[in-house]
Amino acid sequence: MNTLGVRLKKKGTPYGVKVPENKLTAKKQIERAPLPEKAILPLHQNIGAPCESVVKRGDKVLTGQKIGDSDKFVNAPVHATISGEISGTTMVVNPPTAQLVEALIVTSDGKDEWVKLEPPKNPEDLSVKEILARVRDAGLVGLGGAAFPTHVKLSPPKDTRIDTVILNGCECEPYITSDHRVMLEYGEKVLSGLNIINKVLSPDNIYIAIEDNKEDAIDYMEELIVAMELKDNFKIVPLKSKYPMGAEKILTKMILGREVPIGGLPLHVGVVVHNVSTAKAIHDAVVEGKPFVERVVTVTGAVKNPKNLLVRFGTPLRSLIDYCGGIEGNANEVVLGGPMMGFSQFDFDFPVIKGTNGIIVKESMPINEQDCISCGKCIEVCPMYLMPTLLARYAKAGRYDECKEAYIDDCFECGACAYACPANIPLVQYIKVAKRELAKRAVKK
Amino acid sequence: MPERKFLVSPGPHLWGGLSVSKIMYLVVLALMFPTGAGIYFFGYRAISVIGVSVGTCLLTEYVCKKIRGQPFIMDWSAIVTGILLGLILPPTIPLWMVAIGAIFAIGIVKEAFGGLGHNIFNPALGARAFMSASFSVPMTTWVKPMGFAADAVTSATPLSGVSNWQQFDPSAYQAMFLGNTTGSLGETSALLILIGGVFLLARGIINWRIPAIYIGVVALMSLALGQDPIFHILAGGLMLGAFFMATDYVTSPLTNRGKIIFSVALGVLTVMIRQFGGMPEGVCYSILFMNAITPLIDRYTKVRPYGLVKRVESAS
Repeated sequence: MNTLGVRLKKKGTPYGVKVPENKLTAKKQIERAPLPEKAILPLHQNIGAPCESVVKRGDKVLTGQKIGDSDKFVNAPVHATISGEISGTTMVVNPPTAQLVEALIVTSDGKDEWVKLEPPKNPEDLSVKEILARVRDAGLVGLGGAAFPTHVKLSPPKDTRIDTVILNGCECEPYITSDHRVMLEYGEKVLSGLNIINKVLSPDNIYIAIEDNKEDAIDYMEELIVAMELKDNFKIVPLKSKYPMGAEKILTKMILGREVPIGGLPLHVGVVVHNVSTAKAIHDAVVEGKPFVERVVTVTGAVKNPKNLLVRFGTPLRSLIDYCGGIEGNANEVVLGGPMMGFSQFDFDFPVIKGTNGIIVKESMPINEQDCISCGKCIEVCPMYLMPTLLARYAKAGRYDECKEAYIDDCFECGACAYACPANIPLVQYIKVAKRELAKRAVKK
Repeated sequence: MPERKFLVSPGPHLWGGLSVSKIMYLVVLALMFPTGAGIYFFGYRAISVIGVSVGTCLLTEYVCKKIRGQPFIMDWSAIVTGILLGLILPPTIPLWMVAIGAIFAIGIVKEAFGGLGHNIFNPALGARAFMSASFSVPMTTWVKPMGFAADAVTSATPLSGVSNWQQFDPSAYQAMFLGNTTGSLGETSALLILIGGVFLLARGIINWRIPAIYIGVVALMSLALGQDPIFHILAGGLMLGAFFMATDYVTSPLTNRGKIIFSVALGVLTVMIRQFGGMPEGVCYSILFMNAITPLIDRYTKVRPYGLVKRVESAS
C-alpha cells in the first residue's frame, strides 16, 4: 500500500505541561456495560437550550425513542436509552455548570426493544439538508467535552467559509482512552463519519490530529485512509504528546498557525474541530439511522479492573464502578472526565451523560496553598500566553476588572498553570471565581 | 460501592509535585559545589562563616514567624539565603558580624516585607550591602587561599588589585577559573559555580536567559571598553551572582522579555560600576538596583495573549 504523503511531519509546542499519562486501559478492548435497571436521563445534556419532555409518567418507551426535544436551533434532543416505562422525574446537578437540571427516569423492562430505525443510507445519496436533519434527530453533541450540538457545528453561518476540518484524536487528558479505542476498534466508522463532515462542509483540507503516544492509532488511520480510498486532502498530523494539545484553539494554532480571536470560535478563522468519537457517532446516525444512546467511557484509576466500556446514557456511575470491581485502596474521590479538566462528583447515582468520556477513581489531592514566589512557571506553560499568577492575584483581591483587562476570557481552564505551580496555588479555581463574578456583573448591566 | 468518605475538590486533580521547598532544596544542593570550593580554599574559616550564617538565618526566620503569628515552614529558603550570604563574605570576617548580617537578611530584607514571595531585594545581597556600609574595613580585607592552615596572608583580590585591567596577566586565568585566588568565600571558583549552575539549568529550576545574557553582556561591554572580557567574567562575584542571585524568582521579572531586559541591564551596570564607580566590584549593587526596578519591568513586559487580533462577540 502506498501511504506516501498521508502522514505529515510531527509537530510540537513548547507550551503546556508533560503530565504522567497513566493510560491504564490503552490496550483494553471496548466492552459492553450491562444495561441499567433504571436510566436517569437529564433533559439538558448539551451546551445550548434544555429539552422539554415529550413523554409523560407511565408512558412505555422503546430504546432510541425521543423523550425530550426543543424547537431551539442550538439544542440536541434526548432519547430513551433502554426500553421500559417512564417512572418519574428527578433533579440532578450537571457537573460542569453546577446547575440543577430535570431528569427523566426510565425503568427497564429488560427487553431492550428498539424503535424502528430509519433505513440505512449511503451518505452519497443524501442531501446536506437530510444529513443535518439525521444528525440533529439522533441527538448528537460534540463528545470532546463541551457537548456542543453537532448539527450546529456542521451549519456554519452563510458568510463563513470553512476551509479546514480538524478531526481531534489527541486525547491529551491522562487516564482517558475512549477516543483511542474508538479509533482502533471503529476506525472505519470514524473515517466514514469524517467523510460525511467533508461532504457537508466541503473544506479544502482535512487533518486528523493524533498525539504520538497513540502510534498504533496513527498507523491504523493511515492504513485506512489508503484502503478506503479517501480523497487526497485527508492528512494525518502526528503531534508530540503534551497537555492540553487536544484543545481546539491549540490545534488550530498548531496545525494552521491561526489564532482564534479572544472570545471567538475556530469557525471565525475558517476551522471546525470535531472529536473522533463524534465522527463515529455521525456515521451511526447518518448511515445506520441510529439515535445517540451510548458512548465509550473509560472507567479507570483506583478500580480493580479498569475498562473501556460502551455505556448507555443514564447508567449510574455507581454501577459502572462496581462493574469494574469496585474501589481499591484509599481512593476517596471520583472525577468525571479527565483529571485535568474533569469535575469531582459527589452523587454516585449521577448518570453517564453525553459529555462523559471517563470516570476516574483516585485519592484526593490536598492543596497546600503558599504565597506566589513569582517563578513564572505558570506563564511559561500557559498555552493561551496568559499570566495566570496575575489573574489569580487580581481575583483574590476582588479586582475583577483587572482580570478582564488581563484577558481572563481567553482562559479555557485547562489547568496547566495549577499543575506546574510550585506554590500549589489553585489558579484555575481563582480564575473561575473571577469569571463567574464578571458574568454576574455583565448580567446586572 | 463501599461506604467511605468522599471528597470533592477543584480541578486540576493532578499536580506536578515540584514544590517551593523542593526547588529550594535543589538550590541548596547546587550551592554545595561552590560551598565545597570555599571550604577547600578557606578551610575552617569557610565552615564557621557559612555555619553561623545558616544557623542565624534559620533562627531569625523562626523568631520572625513566631512574632508574626505564622507557622514556621521548613522550606529551605532560609538555608539558601544563609549559604549565599556566607559565600559572598570575606573569609576573615568576624563571626558576630556574620550573625548581624544574617539577622538583617532574614529579619529586615525578607520577613519585614512579608516573607518569601514578597521581598523586593535578594536577602543575601541586601545584607551584604548593609554589612559593607557598617563594617567597611573587615568587608574589604582579603586573604589568599590557605586551606586548613592557620595563618592567613592578607592580599588584594584580582579586581581590587588591578589598577589597569588592560595589562592583566592571562596566566592567572587558571587560578581564577579553579578558584585558587583571593576573594569572597564562595566566589573564587568559577568552575564549581558553573557545575552548580548547570545542575540547576538541567533540572529546569533556573531560566538560562538570565545567566547567559548577564555574562554575555559583561563580556561584550568589557570588550567595548577595551578590556579583557575573560578577566571580567572570572573576577569577583559575577559567576555566583549570575547563576544564583540574579535568577532568584522573587526578585527577578516574570516573563522572558522582562528577564532579557533585566539581564542586559545587569551586565551594563556591572561593568559601569567596575570601571567608573567608586568600588572595585559591581555585581552586588547592580543586582540590588535591578531588583528594585523589577516591578516596573513586570508592568511593561506583559505577554501578548493568544488570539489578540480583535475581540469578537462570542457567537451564540
